[in-house]
Amino acid sequence: MFSYKAITRLSVFFGIVTWCTTAFIDLSILFSYTNGLKPEYSRELSLVSFNLFLFSLYIFYKYRIDKAENINFIDLLWRVFVTGLVTTVISLIFRLLIFILGDSTLTQSVLFQDFIYSVNIGLLSAVLVACFSVFRRLILYQKSKVLITVWRVFQYSLLLSLLYNVLPFTFLDDFFNIYLIFLIVVGLFLSGNMKWVAYLNFRQKWKGILLVTLALFYLGYFFWTVTKQALDFTEAELPFTDFQDNIFLLALIAFVGIYTLFSLLVLLFNLPTSSVFEQKLEEVGNFQRLSQSIQTEQSEERVYDILLESSVSTVFADAAWLEFEHDGQTTYYCHKIDESEVLNIKDKFEENKVKGIMHQDADRTRNLDKVLRSVKGTRFRSLIAAPIVVKNQQIGSLALLKEVSDGFNREMQKIIATFANQAGISIENFRLLNEALQNERYKEELKIASQVQSSLLPDTMLSNKHFNISAYSKSAAEVGGDYYDTFLTSSGKVALIIGDVSGKGTSAAFHMSQMKGIFQSLSQLDLGPIAFLEKANIALSQCLDKASFITATYFVIDLQVQRVNFARAGHCPTLYYHSKNKTTEYFSNRGMGLGMLRNNDFTNYLEINEFKYRPGDIIVLYTDGITEAQNSRGEEYGYDRLSISLEEVTDKGPDDITSHILESFYEFTGSEAIDDDYTIVVVKFK
Amino acid sequence: MVDIKHLTEDGIDILVVVGEVDASSSIQLDSAIKEVVENGASKILIDCRSLEYISSAGLGVFMSYIEELKQKNISMVLTDLSEKVHNVFQILGLDQLLTICENREAGMEKLK
Repeated sequence: MFSYKAITRLSVFFGIVTWCTTAFIDLSILFSYTNGLKPEYSRELSLVSFNLFLFSLYIFYKYRIDKAENINFIDLLWRVFVTGLVTTVISLIFRLLIFILGDSTLTQSVLFQDFIYSVNIGLLSAVLVACFSVFRRLILYQKSKVLITVWRVFQYSLLLSLLYNVLPFTFLDDFFNIYLIFLIVVGLFLSGNMKWVAYLNFRQKWKGILLVTLALFYLGYFFWTVTKQALDFTEAELPFTDFQDNIFLLALIAFVGIYTLFSLLVLLFNLPTSSVFEQKLEEVGNFQRLSQSIQTEQSEERVYDILLESSVSTVFADAAWLEFEHDGQTTYYCHKIDESEVLNIKDKFEENKVKGIMHQDADRTRNLDKVLRSVKGTRFRSLIAAPIVVKNQQIGSLALLKEVSDGFNREMQKIIATFANQAGISIENFRLLNEALQNERYKEELKIASQVQSSLLPDTMLSNKHFNISAYSKSAAEVGGDYYDTFLTSSGKVALIIGDVSGKGTSAAFHMSQMKGIFQSLSQLDLGPIAFLEKANIALSQCLDKASFITATYFVIDLQVQRVNFARAGHCPTLYYHSKNKTTEYFSNRGMGLGMLRNNDFTNYLEINEFKYRPGDIIVLYTDGITEAQNSRGEEYGYDRLSISLEEVTDKGPDDITSHILESFYEFTGSEAIDDDYTIVVVKFK
Repeated sequence: MVDIKHLTEDGIDILVVVGEVDASSSIQLDSAIKEVVENGASKILIDCRSLEYISSAGLGVFMSYIEELKQKNISMVLTDLSEKVHNVFQILGLDQLLTICENREAGMEKLK
């Protein structure tokens, strides 16, 4: 509804007005009394006005302090200090005025004294409400549900007491002490919450002590001043507004007094232990730094540096080193110590038969320091070490040194072990990340290989007035081992080949590219099928490993006499469609895979086949991936399904035939998922 | 998936191949034969009655031992091939390089 600024300004204005009203009424009552007149205003009106003044103060500080964000404890205490300072200075100025004026008629006037009293009460109220608002934040730091409830009870009871003060019921007077005691007890309970003290560092604690002491001083000063004045008025039997009748003020004085005193004592007693707390905080910070390092750091070396620095600063070591074993080589990362000194110390340990101090299962019961003391040329007198483990394997150690003997306690040993564990995790993450990057690179390479390989298969197949060719090939992996190609020889004959490398994947792809090289060079020589396969066998025998072979069928098509010569080197039998009698058959003449028999006997196992083609005849070449593909019931696609599928579309062009066979094939296997390389080549004669 | 059992009968090492031999399981077949050869066997019988499928990689394993067995004067026979498996051997021409017998008895006879 209103902005904070408007509310604070409004409350200041309202506060001034109500205070002035209160002072005016009080003074007028006193004036009437001293002059024997009937007072124009009632005492109740003054009370209402004063309580409204207190309420304005409450609103003012509630908005000033509660809404201040990102404020630390010392800043909060500083606000108390400033309020106290301003009010005390104002009060002291009046005191100075009285002192300067001496025993004049003005200072002797009871009206003037009442005015001063009103001023002091107003200032005291401001200090109290400021403290209340600040303490609220201190107490509710790390709050619990119970704490919040108790605080609310306290706060609302206090506000309710403002109402209590002005209610004109006399029977309520009996409750005065009960109400006050209740508020003091709740205030006392709340004063036990001092958690904020623990989060101050040594310097801040000193500042806090100073500020709290001053706050206590202000409070004492005002309390003493107003009490003295109230006593004077009571003795003189003059009518005035006694603050001691106001539950709100009394309860606040008690609460603020108790809390400031408690704070002072707690701050004082916490001073000596603050370094321990600070150290723990630093440990947490170092630890966090180490775990974060993996996400941001570019290199393992940087992680090592952070590990060394963090662990050294956490346990106050004088030097440290990290060692990593890799392929029998040990690498050292040293911090404030030379590598030669490290080696010297390690040698001495080995001499003393302290086996593997750097090892996971090292004997920790032996006093390492005792041995260290005997090492000449080193200033260090104590040492601890912790293993760095990655995937249950120790990859290195972290060792820390101190110049004093017995410098490391059990606590530090634990901390260092934790640091080393964290470092192990960081390093492991780092390596995993690198591996992932490497894998990504391999994938990229494979993609390139796949692109290169697909360019090994011809884009367009030879077509002319005698025949059309259509081809389809798909690999299970990025790269495959199936091959087909055509070549028009100088004598006008067409060489056609289909090949299949044993196995699959990358090795098959390499052999397939060799096969292509062989075909591209030998087909130029215009060789017959047997001669071609013989030479190809010799060439491949040199480069295939002993368990690899290539099956192939090589065709030579003589377009002039419409004759086909072919030989089968262990490849799947060729499917042929005779347009004359509309029948299909598989040419299963004898043959043997390339690279299976690596000597001159090879040709003895080959058989030449020769036929004349007619227009409309169809040759279907395929690899065993097609015939051996299984459906979900474990049945193979087989020769019969292939030939039936062909018979259905013999009147179509080779492209349609290919797609029809593939349709029937994929329908049979039931999925597009491939577990072998599939190739189909269809030749149709015109 | 393939499971290979090794038996010895009348001085003949018998390997019973059960299951499918593809690119990955061909390694098992290879190490089984290698072990028998290295242990100094002179007669090997490979019982294929439960061999359901063999890929080109599996055929490559048999092929790769032909030369070595000849040199070491070890005789090896394959027996009880299913029609389907036998057909695969035949297409490749491997039946012409290996000794294939109809059943275990014929194989044993052959090896004596």
